Amino acid sequence: MQTNQLLLLFCTVLLLLGLVAFFVGRAKAARVRASGAAMYAQPDQYAWFAVLSTAGPAVLVGALGSLLLLLLGADIPPMYLLAASLVVAAAGLAVGVAQVKPHFHARQAIERVIRWVLTGAAMISIFTTFGILFSIISEALRFFQMHSFWEFITGTTWNPGASFLAAAGRGDGSGAQFGSVPLFAGTFMITAIALLVAVPIGLLSAIYMSEYAPQRVRTIAKPVLEVLAGIPTVVYGFFAAITVAPIIVNIAGFFGLDASYNNAVAPGIVMGIMIIPFISSLSDDVINSVPDSMRQGSLALGMTKGETIRDVVIPAALPGIISAALLGMSRALGETMIVVMAAGMRPNLTANPLEDMTTVTVRIVASLTGDQEFESAETLSAFALGLVLFVVTLTLNLVSVLMIRRFREKYRVNNL
Amino acid sequence: MSHSFDEISQQLKRRHRKSARLKWISMGALGLAGLFLVLFFADMLSKGLPAFQQAYINTEVRYTEEASRDGRLAFEEELLPLISRTVVRVIPLQLRNNPEMIGTSEQRWMLATSEVDQYLKGHRNRLSDEEKAEIDERVATGQVDLRFNKTFFGSGDSKIAENAGILSAVVGTIMTMIVTLLISFPIGVMTAIYLEEFAPDNRFTQLIEININNLAAIPSILFGLLGLAIFINFFGVPRSSPLAGGMTLALMTLPVIIIATRTALRSVPDSIRHAAFGVGCSRWQVVRDHVLPLAMPGIMTGSIIGLAQAMGETAPLIIVGMVAFIPDVSASFTQAATVMPAQIFTWSGEPEQAFVEKTAGGILVLLSVLISLNAFAVVLRKKFERRW
Repeated sequence: MQTNQLLLLFCTVLLLLGLVAFFVGRAKAARVRASGAAMYAQPDQYAWFAVLSTAGPAVLVGALGSLLLLLLGADIPPMYLLAASLVVAAAGLAVGVAQVKPHFHARQAIERVIRWVLTGAAMISIFTTFGILFSIISEALRFFQMHSFWEFITGTTWNPGASFLAAAGRGDGSGAQFGSVPLFAGTFMITAIALLVAVPIGLLSAIYMSEYAPQRVRTIAKPVLEVLAGIPTVVYGFFAAITVAPIIVNIAGFFGLDASYNNAVAPGIVMGIMIIPFISSLSDDVINSVPDSMRQGSLALGMTKGETIRDVVIPAALPGIISAALLGMSRALGETMIVVMAAGMRPNLTANPLEDMTTVTVRIVASLTGDQEFESAETLSAFALGLVLFVVTLTLNLVSVLMIRRFREKYRVNNL
Repeated sequence: MSHSFDEISQQLKRRHRKSARLKWISMGALGLAGLFLVLFFADMLSKGLPAFQQAYINTEVRYTEEASRDGRLAFEEELLPLISRTVVRVIPLQLRNNPEMIGTSEQRWMLATSEVDQYLKGHRNRLSDEEKAEIDERVATGQVDLRFNKTFFGSGDSKIAENAGILSAVVGTIMTMIVTLLISFPIGVMTAIYLEEFAPDNRFTQLIEININNLAAIPSILFGLLGLAIFINFFGVPRSSPLAGGMTLALMTLPVIIIATRTALRSVPDSIRHAAFGVGCSRWQVVRDHVLPLAMPGIMTGSIIGLAQAMGETAPLIIVGMVAFIPDVSASFTQAATVMPAQIFTWSGEPEQAFVEKTAGGILVLLSVLISLNAFAVVLRKKFERRW
């Protein structure tokens, strides 16, 4: 039988058993109560307990069994697994109904089960992180068995070239070079351009909104800025490639410079627009939580409003502002669609932003969408690049959290 | 050295001018951000709106015996370069379904090629001067016209520009979102309930909290790598399927829903919990019957916003293979499908001029869906928000 059919069968039988458990349990509880015994819980609660004791262990056995099946290969036929979990369900049904006794705390038992289920749900987020780490690291390690880590980190030529031939058994793949320096140079170039756009505009907008703007402007401007963050990145990518890049080429041509249509400036600027709201919204919150006594003190000493903002408010809010910029930077480093659509494909180690250059995320996408074997060094290199990306963004996020925590402790604000 | 009053008041004036300048600069920054937004939308509208119209040619169609083998034979010879190549298959198919039509003829609006379409819209095209003259003549008599583009909303992807539509991507998006919501909503809400209402304040809880905040900031493409390595390669979920894409996006949406739900739960005042505990409710009864119903509008708002975010996501879906060419609407969660952002990405890579318009048209559809979802979330919050 097919897996879906087995799954369907399992669910139907379990549902039926659950219904049986509910009604039998409730009937028995009602009977016990009618006989005059004082019970610890309501009939419905006994019924629900019976349902839980029927379904819970059976689902657990089924899930663990299928996991083992996947991990160890198909040693147990799925039919046996189905039968085993249904037997467990029937046993659970019997136990659940037998537990309908006046001195059994059904409500507390349900409470315990629910607590376990909720804990299980909370564990999924941890599993996700471990899943990401595990999947990236295990594939990256296979890559580093083929090519040295040192060469990957310090090499200046990225040329996967013939590696797919090696995977297919032809050639030895010796021509392939995986030096990631040009990729990271491109990534940091585009990120730097993005931050050059986003940090001044984001910070100044935040200053205007928190220090100058009347309430009405604030209530309009904040959601309007949030719209910038809600636009899908694939749309920004199209905008960068079709509209902004030709403008950049024309402007460069006007000054007698030669710009590529895949230049780094266009994706950089558009990415900067995208991260403006991340920076402005966090900076806004931070500036708002600088205590008013500092502003009053400064104004009382005869400073103008502008001087107060520049010399008192901003220095006080600096840890928070840096934290916002770091968050924006981590966004920009991991951003994929804008660079895939607007930046180049050629690994290019250059300091000229008007040339085409490629980024880490572009290479990840390029090496996973081709027709190569999964085992080839080029495909696996995507995971090695992903690992570095993960480490860099994780570090940035942690530093950002630490900075904002320091700010919070200094001024004892709780709303950040 | 002392300054005269004049010098001091000069200095004061300078300081105040400087102060005013900061105000104008910061206002300008905000204005610049707004200007970007306006320019962006104007650009998308001007590029995308023409996609909702398509050139059609009104001509006589002769349903002859030969036409049921090659649809092109149903038309006048001189019109053939202007009529879409799709007729080759469309006309025979129509005749096979309605054999009684063979031998008749009718006046019909037929789909023109994308070159005619682009010419009528004033874009770059590859028509010869005679063909242009021919079209101009027919436009004057009303035989060639721009009409509402049914194909764009009613069919799937195609390599023939005028025949490409967004329907299969819309269906794929809906299916992927169903999977995403079914997984991330229950798990996210349960996690948030655990953290807010049940969890003791210990190392384990702190670990989960740090983890969730960290997951929210991980680049989306890394979720794609997880989906590829674990869901597809390890668990054997079919590549390119809404199931694989939906599961990957669910993990991405999870932190958004958890954070929104926690905020909503926290905004329910403790007095409600105290009252419920006071009349003897257990912890789960307090949550289920009192806290959760009050927090529901906030949870819904957060989930809708999270879903809208997932709907616009492309990078992880490219990694799990959802950029396939899907001409037909798929009906199964395990078949290959594509989603709207991925369709936009595919079209943006097509070299033909007509696809630029399709891409922008697809973007307009996607943006209007996202904006209405977000607006709905805001309305929901405004309507049900309670200040305690």
